[in-house]
Amino acid sequence: MSPILIAIISVTAIGLLCAVMLAVASHFMSVPVNETEVKVRECLPGANCGACGFTGCDGYAHALAEVPGTKTNLCVPGADAVAKKIADVMGVESEDVIEQVAFVHCSGDCINQKRKHVYEGIQTCAAASMLYGGSGKCTFGCIGLGDCQKVCSQNAICIENGIAHVDTRKCLGCGLCAKTCPQHLIELFPDDRRVVVVCSNREKGAAVRQECSAGCIACGLCARNCPQGAITVANNLAVIDYEKCVGCGICESKCPVHAIKFADFSGGHRF
Amino acid sequence: METYKVLLRIIMTSVLVNNYVLSKFLGICPFLGVSKKLDQASGMGIAVIFVMLLATAVTWPIQTYLLDPNGMGYLQTIVFILVIAALVQFVEIALKKYIPSLHKSLGVYLPLITTNCAVLGVTINNITDGYNFLESMVSSLGCGLGFLLAMVLFAGVRERMEEANPPKAFTGVPITLVAASIVSMAFYGFGGIVTSLFGE
Repeated sequence: MSPILIAIISVTAIGLLCAVMLAVASHFMSVPVNETEVKVRECLPGANCGACGFTGCDGYAHALAEVPGTKTNLCVPGADAVAKKIADVMGVESEDVIEQVAFVHCSGDCINQKRKHVYEGIQTCAAASMLYGGSGKCTFGCIGLGDCQKVCSQNAICIENGIAHVDTRKCLGCGLCAKTCPQHLIELFPDDRRVVVVCSNREKGAAVRQECSAGCIACGLCARNCPQGAITVANNLAVIDYEKCVGCGICESKCPVHAIKFADFSGGHRF
Repeated sequence: METYKVLLRIIMTSVLVNNYVLSKFLGICPFLGVSKKLDQASGMGIAVIFVMLLATAVTWPIQTYLLDPNGMGYLQTIVFILVIAALVQFVEIALKKYIPSLHKSLGVYLPLITTNCAVLGVTINNITDGYNFLESMVSSLGCGLGFLLAMVLFAGVRERMEEANPPKAFTGVPITLVAASIVSMAFYGFGGIVTSLFGE
């Protein structure tokens, strides 16, 4: 027999042997895949943001299928539509999702806030915050190097005049930016709020005036003028009780430093 | 030389002197591809050790008892590729069924390694160096450990590089390759270590 024929036959034989072995193995050792898990996974948006508290969409689908009692309304980006689909697949009552948006509690941009040094190091907020709490005089404020912008999958965050702004109409409320911000300035809240405090400085009024013209000086005008009594001043910062707040917006007009913002924060799920 | 000395020499040689990634330039794609994070790099390194040992355990008998006696040594490369690929697939299926936890940590890397040149290189070099079965297995372990060492070292270098600020033209792949060459050059410092420890 010619060597070529021997080579062809022996390699084919080995190949066939391997193929049969693999086929048999995949038949006898196949792991049953939970059908519910596959169906649930198809409902999820696939953003893998982790807002549900599981490792990505696959993890959430797995938990829904395997762990009894996992809630069907944990997918924040998917909102009500996805929660309803999951509830249909699972055959349970659909629960309402509380849509959330992210918000940066700072308005100390390069016009309002004074600088204490010029930072030329590694261009990330995490690094800059380690050097005397950032280059601005206010150590609570936004550093503006855009760590939050980099993690946002929806391009909902932009840096304007040196501080981060969230375009709530694009925001899906996954909370990645809130976890990233080294200053802990970004908060997730239900998107039906109408007024928010845009300052996080907890120093005394006089000290704040030295640092930033947009900082809350804890004067208490908002608290005194709120018809619902929803605002208190704690730790030199106005705090709004959203259980009482009706969203009239009087506090915004009374605040002398414009540290309270009255606006529509409807999140990206609504559009 | 006593057996343990021979084996120790093989290990030292394959980990430090003839490091597969840094001196033989085999297995470069996972070296550059999966070395961005330390945990991924070590996962990949451990998976490579596992596959190298497994592949050697199968290919050495095939070469010695099947190919060589029948005068088919020239089929070495293609048969080895075939067998290693099938074997790794089989192991993946078996792991998924019987040891899901191990499959979870190694599973992502196993298909990537099936046709890795470092794995094929180890099995073929074991034959050309004339090792017996035990020596082949030890050599595979050493090469795998060398691969793990290179991956872990380079992952550390890359994590530092993320923070650095190289010229714009060098960012990304170019600076990674430059760093790889410097790490490789550092490994040439081990050049005489085996001969001075064990003699010629």
